[in-house]
Amino acid sequence: MSVKHDIAPMKQHSAEALDVPRVRSDFPILAERVNGHALVYLDNAATSQKPVSVIDATSRYYRTQNANIHRGVHHLSEEATKAYEVARSKIRGWINASLTQELIFVRGTTEAINLVAATLGASLRPGDEIVISALEHHSNIVPWQLLCEQRQARLRVVPMNDRGELLLDDYEHLLQGGKVRIVALSHVSNALGTINPVKEMTALAHRAGADVLIDGAQAVPHMSVDVQDLDADFYAFSGHKMYGPTGVGILYGKKKILESLPPYQSGGDMIKSVTFEKTIFNDLPFRFEAGTPNIAGGIGLGAAVDYLAALDMDAVRDHEHALVARATEALEAVPGVRIIGTALQKAGVVSFVVENIHPHDIGTILDSDGVAIRTGHHCAQPTMLRFGIPATARASFALYNTFEEIDVLVRSVRHAIEVLG
Amino acid sequence: MSDLRELYQETILDHNKSPRNFRKMEHADRAVDGYNPLCGDHYTVYLKFKGDFIEDISFEGAGCAISKASASVMSSLLIGKTKAEAQAMFERFHRLVTGALNPGEEAEEFGKLAVFGGVSEFPARVKCASLAWHTLHAGLVSNEAVVSTE
Repeated sequence: MSVKHDIAPMKQHSAEALDVPRVRSDFPILAERVNGHALVYLDNAATSQKPVSVIDATSRYYRTQNANIHRGVHHLSEEATKAYEVARSKIRGWINASLTQELIFVRGTTEAINLVAATLGASLRPGDEIVISALEHHSNIVPWQLLCEQRQARLRVVPMNDRGELLLDDYEHLLQGGKVRIVALSHVSNALGTINPVKEMTALAHRAGADVLIDGAQAVPHMSVDVQDLDADFYAFSGHKMYGPTGVGILYGKKKILESLPPYQSGGDMIKSVTFEKTIFNDLPFRFEAGTPNIAGGIGLGAAVDYLAALDMDAVRDHEHALVARATEALEAVPGVRIIGTALQKAGVVSFVVENIHPHDIGTILDSDGVAIRTGHHCAQPTMLRFGIPATARASFALYNTFEEIDVLVRSVRHAIEVLG
Repeated sequence: MSDLRELYQETILDHNKSPRNFRKMEHADRAVDGYNPLCGDHYTVYLKFKGDFIEDISFEGAGCAISKASASVMSSLLIGKTKAEAQAMFERFHRLVTGALNPGEEAEEFGKLAVFGGVSEFPARVKCASLAWHTLHAGLVSNEAVVSTE
């Protein structure tokens, strides 16, 4: 079956190379030693490390600005509100949304998807269809499964080929059925690193009358994202995978759609007025932000955006692309190693298996050499099933990783084979 | 970190490569599935009883070296043992891998189980070592058909 690629492999102009040593000096944890070795942190798809500017921003909030937001008339509350809303505004600019009202602070990508499933999904009727893909994270599978059960809707899955690329002909065929109401796709696969052609897939979905949610958790740390250009109705991502704090993320939604949705969680801050007879809900985005939010997290995420905005994201993409290429080549040269996920368009991830050695054992031996990777099913069990394996070892890269670290990784994989082979 | 050789002892590597009693059992009295959701390990433990005795025990499935060797050693130790002896051994094994030996108890006294003593230094791997044993335990004491280490 043919696979179309509409994403440019690399932009025509080549960005000025990323100053990796300088970038590394911004991340204090990279100086840590683990089990007697320099830390080689290659688990960035699970969570990235944090630059000192992010750590300082959250610390500064607690030291000098801490107060609840959107309520007090006192100085600190105004300071905290301003810092939080300035962060929202920075994030808006960074993903090129047209309005700050379109950015809802959430706990992370998982909550963002649950929010959309609970609100947009409330209008589904029996027989309606939701389309996801074969390479989704559990967080972009399970909320839709539950929704399908509640609304007697049907979950459809876009299959992939042996390289881990979605089959667009099958996708178009699913859309042609005329019943698809929601399409939910990852921008970049967390288990395989495949970059999906989400812009084209969004256009196809819109033509079929479906709304589109893109899970951008694994995309935003690696490439510049323009939500207006993608034209997705919703775009979700987590702060902690893009050098920000844990427990905070963003749901971008088009204003027109957000305005039409029922409330998600309810309580304080999401209302204008409450009487026992009637509640009038607040305006966007606060209508979807019940309760005191993760204020320090939001401010920290704003600092992470400042950090990335000061870099050239094309340079970041090129550097990480080179890391993936180098790791792929070096690991493939090790007898018994097989790369899982060989899409032509990949970002940030090299998943692999070693003949006769379980990934978990590889993980333990790499750890003894100071190398942190993720082993297991990566919350993507259907993806593992598609490749007929229970688990992989996954090295995932960030802008601060180096070619020398890849050499350490590969030496350590050879060490694991020596011990266990 | 402790020496890797403490964890991956020769006996463990041997049982991983050539697991004993690694087969499906037809007409088993109990077949229990054990999962470790963290790493995706999955084994089925089969038990055949004769009165109070474990007449036969086997397992199949997939997992890391630690979990597979543990299941293999367990199966080779328990054939011919009573249910109560198997239960007692499960408890001893659990104390060994969690580093919670009774006062006066020495790892060296654990016979063939002693090779798993190194696991207690690797907290992330305790569940691997225990998976088959927890599955066995469920097969001995309950009617559950599926157990999970979480």
